[in-house]
Amino acid sequence: MNTIPLNTVRRRPLFFRKTADFGVRVFSVFAVTLAVAAMAWILFTVVSRGVPAIDWGFLSNPSKPYGVPDSGIANALLGTLFITLCAAALAVPLAVAAGIYLSEFGRKSKLGAMLRFSANVMMGLPSIIVGLFVYTILVVTTGHFSGFAGAVALAIIMFPLIMRTTEDMLAMVPDALRESGLALGMSRARTTLCIVCRAAKNGLLTGILLSLARVSGETAPLLFTAMFADAWPDRFFSEPTANMPVLITEYATNSPFEEMHTAGWGAALVIMLAVLAVNIFTRIAFRERARER
Amino acid sequence: MNTIPKISAKNLNFFYGNHQALFENNLDIGANRITAVIGPSGCGKSTHLRTYNRIFELYREQRCEGEILLDGVNILDKSVDVLELRRKVGMIFQKPTPFPMSVFDNVAYPLRLHFKKTRSEIEDDVERALRGASLWDEVKDKLSASGLALSGGQQQRLCIARAIAAEPEVLLMDEPTSAIDPVATLKIEELLLELKERFTIVIVTHNMQQAARVSDDTAFFYKGKIVEFSDTRTLFSNPKSKKTEEYITGRFG
Repeated sequence: MNTIPLNTVRRRPLFFRKTADFGVRVFSVFAVTLAVAAMAWILFTVVSRGVPAIDWGFLSNPSKPYGVPDSGIANALLGTLFITLCAAALAVPLAVAAGIYLSEFGRKSKLGAMLRFSANVMMGLPSIIVGLFVYTILVVTTGHFSGFAGAVALAIIMFPLIMRTTEDMLAMVPDALRESGLALGMSRARTTLCIVCRAAKNGLLTGILLSLARVSGETAPLLFTAMFADAWPDRFFSEPTANMPVLITEYATNSPFEEMHTAGWGAALVIMLAVLAVNIFTRIAFRERARER
Repeated sequence: MNTIPKISAKNLNFFYGNHQALFENNLDIGANRITAVIGPSGCGKSTHLRTYNRIFELYREQRCEGEILLDGVNILDKSVDVLELRRKVGMIFQKPTPFPMSVFDNVAYPLRLHFKKTRSEIEDDVERALRGASLWDEVKDKLSASGLALSGGQQQRLCIARAIAAEPEVLLMDEPTSAIDPVATLKIEELLLELKERFTIVIVTHNMQQAARVSDDTAFFYKGKIVEFSDTRTLFSNPKSKKTEEYITGRFG
């Protein structure tokens, strides 16, 4: 071991270094605690306020105007399910295809760069703008609010999210795998779909499910599109359609009655648990196998 | 080598965008021989190899001029069916690249892709290919396990099995053992000597001992040019070029 003459080493005294280390450590722990505490507080509030509202009738009856007995949230649950699934049906195939284009064919092209840039802009778009946009093209023109219009708005929000995660996940697949597919005499299309997408399958599914969880709680885009109705969502394409986020907004802000507030908390609890469940399920289910790589 | 070459590169130039990586390469690869391609990093040996199955075409900025004759046919000609070319000219990469599927399906993939075969024919051929890659005894009880669950050396032999399942005529190997431990490397080298009976093999290697151990002919590349090409014994014992001598005696590279 070679020794360096001590007088050439510039170092601050040990005391200062230890103090700085301690300070930084305390600060990071404090920051983490704050974030976790905020989340715990939210969870606690929603749970403690929401639980009293929840019973079987609350979950199985449709919502009714104030004062009518046996009111529930089943129509809104169903409506949110329809709207979200419809949004997924619209957005997922297109967004995955666009993501494949970006990663596999447009990596260095001008069109790819343009698409990537617009997707980034779209991700920063306030969701209420998306709601207004769909309002003007689908609600004003047809003359009625509809669950479908809500689905279109959510699909627009999902599109860039899924496109970019698809691109990122596919970009993580090493080129050697693409080359080994091609080197066996596979076509480019087959290599992309059967080898590259398959290798990135867990990442793709994770991206899709997380984006679903994300948009299923979006309120602003639905205010102008799906709106709300105290009815079962059986006229999804032509009538206002009940959904959870707007129900919560309505009950929380547009009602003077304590029962409605409680019902709003109950609905908030239900959707929070649903989103949490999707998140946790996705992360656990796809993490294990992702590690194998 | 007096026989007609299996592959013959003629006046091959290669470009990455504006950067020229290969200069007037001329090389004859003998049938059922192992030809080693050696040279320092960045000398173009992998680039040269990657023209033989036109895999470089995946990257739009890469371009190749000249001729590569496979059994007398210029495979750089646009009329050549590149998918059939790649069936005939298989390739093994530096890092093992098993597909994200079972061991069986990895080997069955090229069989299903290129040939109309019944299920039992496929089963037979998978076994034959795995035996051909000296892997059968190690995986016969875990054919349905993921190919990614095998060890590095096993994965590389799985890739060799997958490549020979397509019934190629030529096997290109791009530093096939550089990511693999010495014991597994030895196994693959022994395997190469067996495979030579059935295939023409071109192997790019960083490892001069490996070239000396397994190859019949050796080409020494330097800065995109083929400095020397002869049978391996001559090249290593009595190199004509000063550069070759310096490289094989470890004075640079």
